[in-house]
Amino acid sequence: MQGGAAGSAYRGRTASIGFAHGPLVRVDAGAGGERVAGTLVEEALALRKAIDLASGQIADLAATAGGEAAQILEFQVALLEDEDLIEMIFASIGEGRPADVAWRSTLDEQIAAYNSAEDEYLQARSSDLADLRDRVVHILRGDQGEPLKIPSGGVVCADDLPPSRFLEIDWSGGGGLALLHGSPTSHVAMLARARGIPMVVQLGAIPDAGATALLDGEGATLELDPSAEQVRIFEKRRESHRKSRASARAILRRPTASWRGEHIKLLINIQRVDDLEHADAQYADGIGLMRTEFLLAGQGALPDEETQFQAYDAVLRWAGQRPVTIRTFDAGGDKPVPGFTFDGEANPFLGVRGLRLCLARPEVFAVQLRALARAAVHGNLKVMFPMVTQADELEAGRKLFADVVQRLQADGIAAMLPELGIMVEVPAAALAVSSFKAAFFSIGSNDLAQYVLACDRSNGALAPLMDPLHPAVLELIARTAEHGRRAGISVSLCGDMAGDPRCLPALLNCGLRELSVNASALAQIKQTIDRLSSGGSVG
Amino acid sequence: MLDRADGQNFTGNVRLVHAVGMHARPAVKLTKLAKKFQAQISVRVAGAPEWINAKSVAKIMAMRAAHGSTIEIKASGSDAEAAVAALVDLVASDFPDGAG
Repeated sequence: MQGGAAGSAYRGRTASIGFAHGPLVRVDAGAGGERVAGTLVEEALALRKAIDLASGQIADLAATAGGEAAQILEFQVALLEDEDLIEMIFASIGEGRPADVAWRSTLDEQIAAYNSAEDEYLQARSSDLADLRDRVVHILRGDQGEPLKIPSGGVVCADDLPPSRFLEIDWSGGGGLALLHGSPTSHVAMLARARGIPMVVQLGAIPDAGATALLDGEGATLELDPSAEQVRIFEKRRESHRKSRASARAILRRPTASWRGEHIKLLINIQRVDDLEHADAQYADGIGLMRTEFLLAGQGALPDEETQFQAYDAVLRWAGQRPVTIRTFDAGGDKPVPGFTFDGEANPFLGVRGLRLCLARPEVFAVQLRALARAAVHGNLKVMFPMVTQADELEAGRKLFADVVQRLQADGIAAMLPELGIMVEVPAAALAVSSFKAAFFSIGSNDLAQYVLACDRSNGALAPLMDPLHPAVLELIARTAEHGRRAGISVSLCGDMAGDPRCLPALLNCGLRELSVNASALAQIKQTIDRLSSGGSVG
Repeated sequence: MLDRADGQNFTGNVRLVHAVGMHARPAVKLTKLAKKFQAQISVRVAGAPEWINAKSVAKIMAMRAAHGSTIEIKASGSDAEAAVAALVDLVASDFPDGAG
């Protein structure tokens, strides 16, 4: 469904709920902008200027990002300061090539050389070079003259936005994100939801003009240069949203949600330990999904046992008696990790990812299992494996885990085997769910829907087909829930569906009684269940 | 190891103990340190046909020196001796943080 104009209002699709009223900030205005090349001297000067600007931008980014990210960015700065490399490009300009062509072709040669390396770590560096290549090309084309300086509360408007650009923006003063294309299931949408930044995607074409914007993440609208009347109505909607959030927050403090007399457990998903600082997190019945990929984000080395143990232990301490489900590394697919995942897979979503990858890299997996086994003695830990197809895979993982526990105990280190469960996201696993000897199941609805519907969830063009409420998806959810009910095994759902009020009636009707959502969605979901329970509608 | 060569030329060699070999972070540290010296500094994996400019991070990375390989370093210029000593020390001490 493409957006369209109604006066100066544009409609798209909701990616993250919330409201933003502020200056419109265009990013990447002329994405395909062709440069007009100048004389040799002008081209050489243009490249020198672009390199200096890029260098400054990356240094600034490194200074704010700090830590591991800063060290990674240092490599890009070092490349820009590499006189041998830069000389090759100036030589190419001297032969008559425009600056952007010379730069791009030299970088492309380097990237190709890295990609052809047998060493996976070296291959993975090609993404650093590609990032650098694009940054300088953008500067040369005038797409991006200055580092991204978003005024406080600004509404950022772009074609699409890679996660790295999202992270470059300082969102502490609020603001919102309006994308002409993009998808509600993209990585950047996940980041926006986690941070509570309103985001609307697939707005279609909007004119270049416009100084002030109203972004309504709930109604999925963008209004440009609004009249006083439009602002008044917008502020009214924002206020009623705030009030409904406030009353939802009040509901949070009440005991467990219930629907038709049955308790509904509401847990939270966390991406990193800091997510527990969200004000609403304390009201959760536990942690339904702790992702562990953040531990892999430092590209220099895979995380050691102690670093991992500290993270898991911190979360278990926070939770006390409440259950904490930690998912083992779910790398691969759209989450490549240099030095860990396999490069060059033609179809990574169907490739060596999730548990498949961990079983293929037992030396990396064992470190995580050791840290988990040690943490297990400190709380109510459950461990789940992602991307499981066959019962044998669960058993192979269990065996590795049991061996690790045995070795730790033999060395006199406190450790135990936690409850083991699986993510249900491969359709085969959902269909043959009774073949798994799992202590619990957690439905990963994002991937399940992507695989059942044969739609790449990051491809915005498929958004109309990517319907999680498709009867085939609901059928698999219902089957899994039904098996859990009969066998007395807990079944939860931790995908985006759980945090989407419109999906709630269907999920409850499928028989699900445990849902795991981002802390920022907890209040609204609890309130929606409350309304449904008293015979009301979703909204 | 540091050997005196003719006149202003100095050479040394050192084993690469870094776990993943000469990758991004070590390469950045090595080139940063090399750039602190006036001397012309070249490196190669022992026995390789070509010497490589120690101040070019792209070339150092392309050298693909593996864990356990021996790196040869040679330098010429006024501060060549100090340069070779410093680089040998950096590699031998496994590129400690704060170095380079």
